[in-house]
Amino acid sequence: MRIVSRETIHRAICDAIREITFNNDPAVITGINQALATEKNELVADVLASISTNNTIAPEDQIPLCQDTGSTIIIADIGSEVIIPGACLQEIADQAAAEAQCSIPLRASIVSEPLFDRANTGTNSPVILHINQVKGDKLQLQIAQKGGGAENMSFLIMFPPTTPLQTLKDTIVSRIIETGSRACPPLIVGIGIGGNFERCAYLAKAALFEPLGREHPDTRYAELEQGILDEINAKGSGAQGMGGNLTALAVHIIYEPCHIASLPVAVNLQCHAHRHTHIVI
Amino acid sequence: MIIHKLHLPLSNSDISRLKPGDKVLISGTIYTARDQAHKRLIAMIDNGEVLPFDLSQSALFYCGPSPKAEGKVCGAIGPTTSSRMDGLTLPLLENGLKVMIGKGERSDQICERIKAHGAVYLTAVGGISAVLSRSIVSCETFLWPELGAEAVHIMHVIDLPCYVSVV
Repeated sequence: MRIVSRETIHRAICDAIREITFNNDPAVITGINQALATEKNELVADVLASISTNNTIAPEDQIPLCQDTGSTIIIADIGSEVIIPGACLQEIADQAAAEAQCSIPLRASIVSEPLFDRANTGTNSPVILHINQVKGDKLQLQIAQKGGGAENMSFLIMFPPTTPLQTLKDTIVSRIIETGSRACPPLIVGIGIGGNFERCAYLAKAALFEPLGREHPDTRYAELEQGILDEINAKGSGAQGMGGNLTALAVHIIYEPCHIASLPVAVNLQCHAHRHTHIVI
Repeated sequence: MIIHKLHLPLSNSDISRLKPGDKVLISGTIYTARDQAHKRLIAMIDNGEVLPFDLSQSALFYCGPSPKAEGKVCGAIGPTTSSRMDGLTLPLLENGLKVMIGKGERSDQICERIKAHGAVYLTAVGGISAVLSRSIVSCETFLWPELGAEAVHIMHVIDLPCYVSVV
C-alpha cells in the first residue's frame, strides 16, 4: 500500500491548473507556427500569427490563453495500491479548482443548476472527474481546462453497426465542418468509438488528451484518423473559419468493445487553446 | 488585406467603407454583453425603459472577461460564440445597435437584418486573450455585477484587432 496525502494531490492540481492556464500544448504551438510559415493567404496568416503571438505572450503577460478558462476536467487513474487518507478525490479536486480560480484568478464559468436559476457557483467547481482504478501504486491525473465553445459543438451518434466506413467518415467530417469557426479551429478532434452511449463520450474526451502526433497502435485506426484529418483539412474551412488548410491539427480515436446491435460514435472537439497536462504522483 | 483604423462611434460612412475580410483596429468605448445581459436589455426594451447606454454610440462585445489579477488593467478578454445571441439581437438592432463584436457565423436572418440596419458584425479571433488584452486600456463592471463574467463591463480599447464579417 502507498499513502498519498490530500495536500500532495491538492498542490499538484493547483500547480497544474496554473501551468495550463498560461501555457499551450507545445505540439499545438509547433503546429500553428509551421502552418504560419507556409501560409500564403494574408488574412489566414494574420489569424495564425495572432494565435502564435498569443501562445508566446500569455505566459509572459500572465494573461490566460483564453478568457474562457473553462471547466476543469480530470481523468484520474488511481493505482489499486494507493490510499488517500481522510478525503475523496472529488472533494480534493473541487477545493483545488476553487483555490486556483481565486488565486490565478480564473473565470467562474460553472452554474450550479442548468435550467432554471443558472446561479454561478463562484468557484469554477465542481470539477468533472472521471476515476479509473488501475493496477499499481501511482496516481495519474490528466488535467484539462475545457472551454464551452468547442464543447458545445461536440456530438454523439448511435450508428447502425453495418454503416459503411465512408458514410461514417463523411458524417463526422461534415458535422465538424458545419461547426465553422464556432469551436475555434484549428481543432483537435477526439473520437470515441464503441463502448455504449455514455462510454463513447468519455472515450472521445480521453482521446483529446493523447499526445499530438502519437501513432495509433492499430494501423486500421491510424489510417482512419489520417483519413478523417485529411478530409477535414481538404474542405478549406481553416483557422477560425477564415480559410486555408489547417482546420484540424490532429484526430485521435479510442475504441472499446460494444454491443452487437450498436456502433456508438462520439466526437469531442477541442479548440486551439489546448490546455492540458498529465501528472504522475 | 485592407486595414481600417476606426474610432467609436462609427458613422454611416465609416461602415459603408467596410468589406467582409477587411481588418479593423477599433478604438473607443465598448460594452460587453453575453446571453444573460442580452435577456435583461431586451426586458428593459419590452418594459419601455431607457437603456443604460446608447447602443448607437458604442459597440457590443460578446465577451465574458476573466477577473483581473492584482496590478493588471484587465483579465483575459475574448469573443464568445455570437450565434447564441442571434435570437436576442433584433430588438437591439431596432434600438440603434450599430457594431457587434463576437466569434463565428450568424444566422441568415440576422445577417440580413444587420445589413438592413446599416450595422456591422465584426469577428475577433477566439482564444487569443493575451493579444486582445494588450488593446484594453480599462475594464470595469458597468451593470449587473451579480452576473459575474456575464455582467455588462465597460471597456476602453485602443486598436482592438477584428475582422469584418457581415456588413
